[in-house]
Amino acid sequence: MTDAFIREVSQPEHVLADSTADHSEGMSYLQSLPRQLVTLYLPLSLILFVLLFPFYWMALTAVKPDDQLLDLDKYSPFWTWNPTLKHVYKLLFQTDYPIWLWNTMLVAVCATALSIVASVLAAYAIVRLRYKGAQWVGGAIFLAYLVPPSILFIPLSTVVFQYGLFDTPFALILTYPTILIPFSTWLLMGYFKTIPFELEECALIDGANRWQILTKIVLPLAVPGLISAFIFCFTLCWNEFIYALTFISSVQYKTVPVAIVTALVDGDIYRWGSLMAGAMIGSLPLVILYAFFVEHYVSAMTGAVKE
Amino acid sequence: MGILPRGRVSIVMADIALKSSVKAPAREITAWDRLKVDRNWLGFWFMLPAAAFLILFLAYPLGLGIWLSFTDARLGRPGEFVGLENYDFLSDDPTFWLTVFNTILYTSVASTIKFAVGLYLALLLNERLPFKAIIRAVVLIPFIVPTVLSAIAFWWLFDPQFSIISWSLLKLGLITQSINFLGDPWNARWSVIFANIWRGVPFVAITLLAGLQTVSPSLYEAAVIDGATPWQRFRHITYPLLTPIIAVVMTFSVLFTFTDFQLIWVMTRGGPVNATHLMATFSYQRAIMSGYLGEGSAIATAMIPFLLAAILVSWFGLQRRKWQQGEEND
Repeated sequence: MTDAFIREVSQPEHVLADSTADHSEGMSYLQSLPRQLVTLYLPLSLILFVLLFPFYWMALTAVKPDDQLLDLDKYSPFWTWNPTLKHVYKLLFQTDYPIWLWNTMLVAVCATALSIVASVLAAYAIVRLRYKGAQWVGGAIFLAYLVPPSILFIPLSTVVFQYGLFDTPFALILTYPTILIPFSTWLLMGYFKTIPFELEECALIDGANRWQILTKIVLPLAVPGLISAFIFCFTLCWNEFIYALTFISSVQYKTVPVAIVTALVDGDIYRWGSLMAGAMIGSLPLVILYAFFVEHYVSAMTGAVKE
Repeated sequence: MGILPRGRVSIVMADIALKSSVKAPAREITAWDRLKVDRNWLGFWFMLPAAAFLILFLAYPLGLGIWLSFTDARLGRPGEFVGLENYDFLSDDPTFWLTVFNTILYTSVASTIKFAVGLYLALLLNERLPFKAIIRAVVLIPFIVPTVLSAIAFWWLFDPQFSIISWSLLKLGLITQSINFLGDPWNARWSVIFANIWRGVPFVAITLLAGLQTVSPSLYEAAVIDGATPWQRFRHITYPLLTPIIAVVMTFSVLFTFTDFQLIWVMTRGGPVNATHLMATFSYQRAIMSGYLGEGSAIATAMIPFLLAAILVSWFGLQRRKWQQGEEND
């Protein structure tokens, strides 16, 4: 008893580290297993089931043969023993799906790259140059984040038309940054604030100019923030629908979400297989990207909210 | 430098010191040199790309949209100022009031349930769990997948004939005939609300979880020693400490639910008999499909007061956080 006490007292940092390392440890020993089953595991698995079932259903539909899709009574609808790649094949070789995928990728990458460059410069200027009115600009950018595309698409369509961008990929590449820049600027401002400004002062004394400071000191230190911003922007681009629906009318320029809804939906009763295959393949790039960068993604999401 | 005599060095240093002051420099400091280190000038150039985008494609269209709502513009034809005629017309249009009702119903029900389920899920995920990281990652997947693509999955799940939900309920003997999910007005409303909740819960849960993880466990321990029940612990520790982040998360949630477009457009296109038309989808229908840009803009502009209200809530939520933590403005 006393030994243990002395050990604890002599290693206070150890005790401290223990109590702060895992916040959930706390009082969980008070819970018995049966009680946990009912209050924790049961509701959790129920919620997880509801959250994930649509994806299971999507994947299953994509590989089911047509006759099984529409006859729920003859075959068990929850499983299939003879999966087929027919729907995927049809999608990839008999429709423009690869072109749509390429369009989406192109638009997403270009718009994200443009936005990140613009946001890095803006965020650095607001946080570190602190020019006159920087605080107000920061606030205005937060407000811009709150302007939803649904109230902008009508006037934007006339603007896009005036600039001669209508029905070209540039219409999307140039309008998506309006959604992305406010968000990523806000996120990067938070990251830049955490970089000690003493580093910049040192560089200034050594004769570096602002551009050198930004590219050689601040950016290398802000890589996690850049990755977060990139992934989040990329996801937003991929998810965007209303602009792509309004500004693009030719089939060969459409993005995956719009093309699936407008071009792939025909009267065919057997369309569900290819539709689900299309939805699944369209989500895969994002899910894969997300799987590699979960932590960055979560920190982008929560960081943007917490700031 | 090393070969200069001491006195000379100090002169050079004095010289450097002089340069930075106003008077008579040794080498001419041009206006250009001055500009290169001027904060405001540099700030201007650094801000230029972002500002160009936001002004050309955000601020200008926002103003233009409000202007268009006062004109009779059509698709491909610039309009003339007609004053409040569009709003006048809309206020007599029962369909418009139906969409307002739908939007408010959709937003309030979906946001409330998203908050309740999201908070509950966050509390569950904050417990001690095996494979916690993986579960947390999986929970967020509905938020990652593009809305349109998951909406298509829901469209299929809610198919009138081949819905697996109807089929399962039939087999379980809970219903006697297939549910017409998207064909009946109220069924369709609940169906799209359900899909919206499904997509929104992960966002609420994961952001609230991040807030929960900053609450110190010692507070709970102290409360337990004082004999607090689980509900009291939640009500008097978790909830107050979480309020600021709840305010922000819910503002975003309300904002994006209120202006939702994709889900409705994919699943019902506003039907049956306009029962699921939201203001966003209705403005799209009037402006782009029928070509009445002015009227569509008026509908979109009518959303702005609601958005402002949501922003004010967010603002006061943030204020309260600063006050609670005794922080100055940063």
